[in-house]
Amino acid sequence: MRMRRGTPVAAAALALALMATACQGAGEVTEGEDADLAVATGVTEDTITVGTHQPLTGVAASGYSPISRGAQAVFDYVNEQGGVNGRQIDYVVKDDAYDPAQTVDVTRELVDEEIFAMFGGLGTPTHSGVLDYLNEEGIPDVFPASGALVWNSPEEYPLTYGWQTDYTKEAKVQGQYIAENFPGQNVGFFYQNDDVGTDSQAGLDQYLTDEVVAREHYESSVTDISAQIAALQAAEAEVVVCSCIPAFMANAMLTASAMEYSPQWVVSSIGGDTRTLQGMLAAFSDGAVEGEAADAFLDGLVITSYMPRIEDPEDEWAQLFIEVWEDYREDDSEVLTNTHVFGMTQAVMFSQALLEAGEDLDRQALIDTLHSIEWQGPSPVPFTSSEDDRGGHQGVYVVQYQAGGDIELIQDTRVTDNAGGPIEETDFTQLSPSELAFHD
Amino acid sequence: MEKFLDLTYNGLSSGAVYAALALSLVIIFQATRLVNFAQPAFALVSAYTAFAVIQATDSYWLGFGAALVVGALAGALVERVVIRPIASKSELNAIIVTLGLLLVVQGVIGMVWGSREHGLRYAFDYKGDFSPADVFAVASIAVVAVLVFVLYRFSPLGLRMRAAAFRPEAARLSGVKVGLMLTAGWAIASTIGALAGMLAGPPFLSPHSFDLVFVFAITAAVIGGLDSPFGAILGGLLMGLAMSYVSGYVGPEVATLAALVVVVLVLSLRPDGILSRPKARKV
Amino acid sequence: MSSPTRERAEGATAPTSQGSPPASPKAGFWKRIPSPVRNLLLAALALTAISGLMLFSSDLSSLRYAAVGYTLLAIAGLQLLVGGSGQVSLGHGAFMMIGAYSMALLVLHLPMLPLAANLLIVVVVSAVAGLLVGAATARLHGPYLAGATLILAVGLPGLAHRYHDVLGGSNGLRIRVAGAPPGLENLVSDEQWTSIVVWTVVLLALAVLATVSGGRLGRRMRSVRDDETAAAMAGVPVGSTKVAAFVIASTAGGLAGALQIYVLGTATPSIFTLALSLTLLAVLVLGGVGSMWGALWAALAVVYLELWVSDLAGLLEMNSNVENNLPLVFFGIVLILVLRFWPLGIQGIFQRLAARRRLSETSR
Repeated sequence: MRMRRGTPVAAAALALALMATACQGAGEVTEGEDADLAVATGVTEDTITVGTHQPLTGVAASGYSPISRGAQAVFDYVNEQGGVNGRQIDYVVKDDAYDPAQTVDVTRELVDEEIFAMFGGLGTPTHSGVLDYLNEEGIPDVFPASGALVWNSPEEYPLTYGWQTDYTKEAKVQGQYIAENFPGQNVGFFYQNDDVGTDSQAGLDQYLTDEVVAREHYESSVTDISAQIAALQAAEAEVVVCSCIPAFMANAMLTASAMEYSPQWVVSSIGGDTRTLQGMLAAFSDGAVEGEAADAFLDGLVITSYMPRIEDPEDEWAQLFIEVWEDYREDDSEVLTNTHVFGMTQAVMFSQALLEAGEDLDRQALIDTLHSIEWQGPSPVPFTSSEDDRGGHQGVYVVQYQAGGDIELIQDTRVTDNAGGPIEETDFTQLSPSELAFHD
Repeated sequence: MEKFLDLTYNGLSSGAVYAALALSLVIIFQATRLVNFAQPAFALVSAYTAFAVIQATDSYWLGFGAALVVGALAGALVERVVIRPIASKSELNAIIVTLGLLLVVQGVIGMVWGSREHGLRYAFDYKGDFSPADVFAVASIAVVAVLVFVLYRFSPLGLRMRAAAFRPEAARLSGVKVGLMLTAGWAIASTIGALAGMLAGPPFLSPHSFDLVFVFAITAAVIGGLDSPFGAILGGLLMGLAMSYVSGYVGPEVATLAALVVVVLVLSLRPDGILSRPKARKV
Repeated sequence: MSSPTRERAEGATAPTSQGSPPASPKAGFWKRIPSPVRNLLLAALALTAISGLMLFSSDLSSLRYAAVGYTLLAIAGLQLLVGGSGQVSLGHGAFMMIGAYSMALLVLHLPMLPLAANLLIVVVVSAVAGLLVGAATARLHGPYLAGATLILAVGLPGLAHRYHDVLGGSNGLRIRVAGAPPGLENLVSDEQWTSIVVWTVVLLALAVLATVSGGRLGRRMRSVRDDETAAAMAGVPVGSTKVAAFVIASTAGGLAGALQIYVLGTATPSIFTLALSLTLLAVLVLGGVGSMWGALWAALAVVYLELWVSDLAGLLEMNSNVENNLPLVFFGIVLILVLRFWPLGIQGIFQRLAARRRLSETSR
């Protein structure tokens, strides 16, 4: 093969550069310049393209795939009303199967397809893998769907805005609630063996000390949890805090009932979706208790919550979500759950931010809006997305499930931080759907 | 002590499930010399069938029956249509094809029923230490084991099936319909797979419900000896107990590591499984 | 127990010596070069071509090429184990995990250490892992080995959960690595550069694999694959040959894992799943056992098949349950059909086409 004269030179240069990389400290990262935010990538005259990565297949799909379907329904609704500032929202959902390797790929693909922003990227292990990338590329990373503390790191990740009440804040309120309402009772913890568990215990331990008689964890790949539930029973835990996803809340209730063990369950928002729990547990109730399916298990369940809840017939947001779901769901047999509401609430707030960012939309405008916006719903919990606090929802309220399908509000919203700060009541009230502008 | 007993009960009832799946693997291995990765697919199809029938009729036993029938049909069909053309060519290819089949079935089930979890009832009351449901699991495996033993040792059908598997040419010459015997072997195995699905399915069924169960079943079959139905059952119970103890005394995250340790220990002592025949047949 | 791959042995390896492209007419001179040098030259040539291609590719494409690269390396290692020595491993993902986590720990705790040193350490670590696994499983054959390696792939991630202080639990470890070297920033993007680095390592490693496979060890492995007893009688040390194959495969797998985290920046237990290990073996058979080209088709299938199908599915207006599961079903059907009609996989199809063309040329 004959080479042109330039080729050896180029090859030598390449070899030299490769040598340089081989010898350079692999972990020595040089900081790049800040990305330019005065761009309107993904925004046209009449559309805004936003992207997200979600587990639509694989083992995590069962728990999380309703979220993006809920969000889609709201965006369809918003678009039907005329969109935001005359633009239709194009919501692009890519399946990452909860595999961080795929998250990296689909996120790059989304950016390649010119999304305006990343919206609601789901999962801690998955989204963590693209945090650096999104922030370096100057892609607004709005409302990742998980309660990890890392989303609230404005210094390190200036374009990332948390959404969910983080696990520690939520657990602090749970701990205080238990200390106040079940004084002197034995408390057991049952938690997922990852940051959900660690961060939750960091909160619970601030209010519960001597009462804690057992700490058991589960691994999401191992569905047999009899040993752990038996240990909670053996330790005579009267109140069990479940920092777990619905599949394991249901599993824990069923396993406990098999052991004829019935503690007072207190569950975090991530596992407190009673509709999902009903769907899973309905087959096991044998009609022992009159009323809704699975009441035998769920009656008296204490749930911390920050979004509107569909069990609440009074709540106007819940009503809107039910209507929107009826009108825009793809599959008529799919029952609306609070997991859908997660995506729906996120979608409303994101639409509101886009609307408020105005007609001359660029990334900087969205960021400025997020910093300045005064959030007033749909959640009955104050929300922050300011320059230096991206903690999202700041607290939780507490409800209790009643046989028959209703929920009762047993403690109004309280807010706190994720460190050692106090828990405070708040006089925050959200606007109703008709008062809150989130579409044209 | 009470904890130990609890863990033992628990290990036995999950071990029974591994044993059932392992047994179905062994039967297919005996018939076709193939580790059937589509086994969880049969269990899935059957369990979802049962779920649909139970929902429609509100009768558990109708669903149970439907599951077994569908399992048997699926096994026979797969052997005829998918496996037979390739099984004689290459074992590795056959394994990969069964894997492909598993992917297809998981995908189709996801298409039809979605990815969310569905509650699937137990056969009997699941409450209490060693509940009726647990007893049913262990007892049904025992019954199946005896049936399989009787079938293979004493019934003419079983003898023909063994002959068809081990000496196909000789069997053919003596008038055995070798093809039919292979299909029968698959049908029997997938019926047992369906039973395993009905035992492992509850409480919650999703397209990936049986992934790990199946891994443990393969390990059970391997440590028991792939040529030995009783080895499969022994292996299943051993895996169930080992993982239950480790899970309870050390932590659930190391249960799978414990399974690895068991496999390494057993196979380093007996490379062909616990109940393998002393002289390994060379094919 | 017969070797699972014996049947295909002649057909697949005969036309090309492993790893090198079909010999050109001027093979005389080429053949006289010692095989390590020849393989290195080929690697250099391929690297030049790929780097050239990279410079005209988008960042996303570059990263996908990098993914093809490290997947190719992992599969090529598995190829040597399965196609070369006849040992079927269902746990190759475990070695990738070992490599990825080793790399992550090195970068996190010793950021000053050069990339080359990191990769060398990864090679040593994964070789040791392969030695352990190979020694523990050398007496196992066929499905027993498959079962043992399967549980290895499922069990190993348990370590990450057990020692989550060091290994990060289910959120795993995240690293950031240096991008394009100073002076080249304006010429190549970080992604393009990363991909070139990956391919450099991959091609070097492939050259080594091809050399090994073409040498004495390769011949020994194939004789063990074809008939252990005969090999033993011919004086081949069966046990150590099998272990050697495992060590080579695990090293390739570990190196591939290290390159993967070098590209992705994140290693979690949920990356190194059962599905990954099974996929690696499945695509290897799909691509064609017994030739390095088969590993390339396999790697391309891993990276692009699902992408294309999900893009296609996105275009058709379908129920979302159907759309989401279509790539899975499609992949399953491809496996079944290809192996049903072309037992030698994609490489088998190409070979058959080439043979047919040669036949028609000679008959003319």
